[in-house]
Amino acid sequence: MADLLRAELLRKEFGGLVAVDDVDFTIPTGTIVSLIGPNGAGKTTFFNMLTGVYKPTSGKIILHGEQVGGKPPHAITQRGVGRTFQNIRLFQTMTALENVLVGMHTQLKGGIVQSILKTPKIRREEREARVHARELLRFSGLGDVDEEEYARNLSYGDQRRLEVARALAIEPKLLLLDEPTAGMNPQETLEFTAFVAKLRADRELTILLIEHDMRVVMGISDRVTVFDYGEKIAEGTPAEIQKNERVIEAYLGSGATAA
Amino acid sequence: MAIRRRTGFLDPVRERVEVLERRVLGDDAGPVARRTFNRGLSAVIVGFLGMLILAPLYGFSVAAILAWLVFVVLYVPPWEVIPRVGRFVRPLLALSLAATYPFYALNMFTIPIFGAFPDVATGVKMLVFAMMAIGLNIVVGYAGLLDLGYVAFYAIGSYTVAWFASIQFAHQNIHFWPAGVPSSLPGIHISIWLLLALAGILTAIVGVIIGLPTLRLRGDYLAIVTLGFGEIMPQVARNGDDFFGTGFNLTNGPNGITPIDSPGFGSFTFLAGHGSFFTPDRLFFWTAILLVLFTVFCSLRLRDSRLGRAWIAIREDETAAAAMGVPLMRTKTWAYAAGAFFGGIAGGYYASFKSATFPGDFFFNISVLILCMVILGGMGNIWGVMVGALFLEYLDSEGLANTGAWLNSNLGLNIDVPKYEFGIFGLILVVVMLFRPQGLIPSARRKAEFEVGVHDEPLYNATHG
Ligand SMILES: Nc1ncnc2c1ncn2[C@@H]1O[C@H](COP(=O)(O)OP(=O)(O)OP(=O)(O)O)[C@@H](O)[C@H]1O
Ligand SMILES: [Mg+2]
Repeated sequence: MADLLRAELLRKEFGGLVAVDDVDFTIPTGTIVSLIGPNGAGKTTFFNMLTGVYKPTSGKIILHGEQVGGKPPHAITQRGVGRTFQNIRLFQTMTALENVLVGMHTQLKGGIVQSILKTPKIRREEREARVHARELLRFSGLGDVDEEEYARNLSYGDQRRLEVARALAIEPKLLLLDEPTAGMNPQETLEFTAFVAKLRADRELTILLIEHDMRVVMGISDRVTVFDYGEKIAEGTPAEIQKNERVIEAYLGSGATAA
Repeated sequence: MAIRRRTGFLDPVRERVEVLERRVLGDDAGPVARRTFNRGLSAVIVGFLGMLILAPLYGFSVAAILAWLVFVVLYVPPWEVIPRVGRFVRPLLALSLAATYPFYALNMFTIPIFGAFPDVATGVKMLVFAMMAIGLNIVVGYAGLLDLGYVAFYAIGSYTVAWFASIQFAHQNIHFWPAGVPSSLPGIHISIWLLLALAGILTAIVGVIIGLPTLRLRGDYLAIVTLGFGEIMPQVARNGDDFFGTGFNLTNGPNGITPIDSPGFGSFTFLAGHGSFFTPDRLFFWTAILLVLFTVFCSLRLRDSRLGRAWIAIREDETAAAAMGVPLMRTKTWAYAAGAFFGGIAGGYYASFKSATFPGDFFFNISVLILCMVILGGMGNIWGVMVGALFLEYLDSEGLANTGAWLNSNLGLNIDVPKYEFGIFGLILVVVMLFRPQGLIPSARRKAEFEVGVHDEPLYNATHG
């Protein structure tokens, strides 16, 4: 199995703080990889580098064999990387449908002059985009939600689902989810876990997941990587990670293993 | 969806109205009926108060009653519920009112304090500024980029038309379809219609050139750089009569470029007009309406396009927009260029109307004025911006002088009110910000931003251990 994405000695410093410390990391095509670790371990920072939001201090990011580290976010998105945000970042005063349509920005072609003239090609493109966006809303579990409702007026769970729908609109090959079940109740979390599994099966997606809920992580991950203080401290199958002493120590503090 | 409004000093009134509304319409009236009721009520109150207060002071005016009736027809009925054609009723009514304005401008009544209705020449000015405000609205209202130097685009448009439709370059003798210019006249004389297109395109290109380095900056920094750019422009115009000491006279310095050719066709020019019907002012007025229509049309199309969505997304959240594949620099530059395009055309047209362009026309205060128009009217909403622009430009050219005269004669004062113009505009802005921060006629989006939405579920703290 080829690697879809590979990070080599990836590092990010904020002033004196080393948020991500020379991490080597790979995501094989078609797998679900989870990234776990205590608060402040550098997981989100790592995500932000992969998606171009932060420029790495050093190291390489290789996507489909191409070095993309330091490229702007839209360039990385155009190469098939979609993401959601830990603290929901929807376009608040755009409707649910419009949020998904923004996600399609790269696929749509309408330029400034054609948009003003509203050429038949643009008309068709817009119509088809709307149909597709509605499908994505339905697929992401927002079938009952008014597509004309502003994102800010949606319930918390629906906002999370809309973020996923918007990320899927990119037609990503790699989907990065940053704590997607945060704030969901156990029932919603269960549904979401099934949804992620379905994503991989139906859409042939490769998924990188940051998650605190161990039931989710252990349930669907092919592989788990553990960060602590910016370093990768462990990597392996869920079963291996559960038994790893350094991981238990990182989560429960030193002394836990001795007991 | 329950939306809680911000509390304000009008709440007791609002409550009374709601009680009355329920008594008249019953408990389960739809939003359309309720809005119509509210609008009808305000129209009646306005008409009643008008009659009670104004008629004893100013006498009975047929024109005023007609104006009130037109307002009722335009404002009260829920036109938009008519399928397909409904949404065109208000714009078309407004448009026909505007287009026929020259015929009844002189028969209008006197507005208390503000004075007479604007004459047609002032109308041209108001429309030109409406065009600029709608252009700036693309940059500020859609894309959320604070541009404090919009006057620069106005200047570039003006000078483009001035250069190519005057005797400024007298050693040249280039004629290309000018209207009513004898072929012996030296200088470059190109048809104003072509020049308007050229002014738009050139200004848009300058917008891109300025935009590429500056749009990297965020928020305050962008405002400062655009401010500087706006300041540089009149200086270049002022000192451009002797470029780098080479003797090359580009702008004719403080004396400006005048006269500028008039628009027209063949030997027919707007300046000469035709008979008592096609007076110059009317011709310029109607053309200005067409230009505003063009701007509104393009602006609406852009708003509803892929690009318009990307602009609003950037305004909402740059990082998220970029993560969705929106190239920030390119998309912002397009907003800047589109705004510049309309500013350039408006500037060019205005120069041809005034038949002159001077460095003093392009000071910082004009940038602020246009920005005020956008904010007062309601950022992002074309109709609001248009109303804001027409109103402020009316105040700027006639209203304040009238108000001043009224104040002085009634209170026995001797104040030169127009001198305090920008103080007054500042005051208006402060009052708007305090009582109606979303502007007079906000877009639905803006309205949503200023309302407190109540979530169906509590918002959890997303960071948990
Ligand atoms: N933009 C920034 N500037 C300065 N420091 C930052 C920045 N972003 C993150 N950090 C710091 O980097 C470290 C790693 O943060 P990060 O958000 O990546 O952690 P995380 O593993 O995602 O934690 P959590 O589970 O709480 O989301 C933290 O100490 C954080 O304060
Ligand atoms: Mg995080």
